Amino acid sequence: MGFHMAAGVILLLLMIPAVYRIVAGPTPIDRAVGVNVIGTKTAVLLVLIGAVFQRVDMFVDFALAYGLLNFIGSVAAARYLHRTREHALAEDAIGGEEGA
Amino acid sequence: MIGLVCDWLGAALVVAGLFVFVGAAAGLLRFPDFYTRMHAAGKGDTLCSLLIVLGVVVHTLGAADWDHFQWGHVLTPLKLLLICAFIMISSPVSTHALMDAGYDDGIKPVIGEGGDALGEDGVAPGAGDGTGGKGGA
Repeated sequence: MGFHMAAGVILLLLMIPAVYRIVAGPTPIDRAVGVNVIGTKTAVLLVLIGAVFQRVDMFVDFALAYGLLNFIGSVAAARYLHRTREHALAEDAIGGEEGA
Repeated sequence: MIGLVCDWLGAALVVAGLFVFVGAAAGLLRFPDFYTRMHAAGKGDTLCSLLIVLGVVVHTLGAADWDHFQWGHVLTPLKLLLICAFIMISSPVSTHALMDAGYDDGIKPVIGEGGDALGEDGVAPGAGDGTGGKGGA
C-alpha cells in the first residue's frame, strides 16, 4: 500500500465522526456542517486518488468541480435553514395577537 | 535527489494535514454545542485541506520529468494551487453562512462561568426572542 493510498484510507476513516454528526446532530445545521466537512474532504480525497493512480492532471479537474458544487450546496443549505428577519417578525406578530 | 526531497516534504505536509483533521474530527465529535463544533469543523477542515493539497503539489512537482518539459508539469500544480485558493475562500464563507443561519435560528450556546458576551441571561439579542435584534421596537 502506497503512501497516498494509506493517507486516503486514514482520511476516509476520519470522516466517520462527521457521519456521526450527520446522523445524530441535534439541529439541522449540525447536519449541514457535517455534510460540508465531508464534501471538502471528498475533494481532497479525489486529489489523493489522483496521486495514487499517478493521474493528478485528470483528477484535479474532478476535485475542482466537486469543491465548487460543495460550496454552492453549503451556501444554499445555509440560506434554506436561515430563519429570516422578516419571517421572525411575522411569527412574533402572530404570537402577539394570540397573547392579546 | 530533488525528487527525494520533494517526496519527503510532500509526505510531511500530508501527514500534518491528517494530524489537523484528527483534531477537527475529535472536535466535531466531542464539543458540547453547535458553535464550538462549528469552530472545530471550520478551522480544522480548511487547514487540513490546504496542507494535504499542498503536499500533493510538492509531490507532483517532484515526480515530474523536468528533462522533458511539458506544460502539464506546470499546469497541474497550478490547478492544485487554484483548488487551495478556492478552499481558502469558500470554506470560511460557507462556515460563516452556516453559523449565521444557526445564530438567527436561535441556537443557544452553552454558557460557562464567564457569562454570555453576546446577550443577557444567555439569550443572544434577536436570537431567542424572535424580535430580529430590534428589542422592543
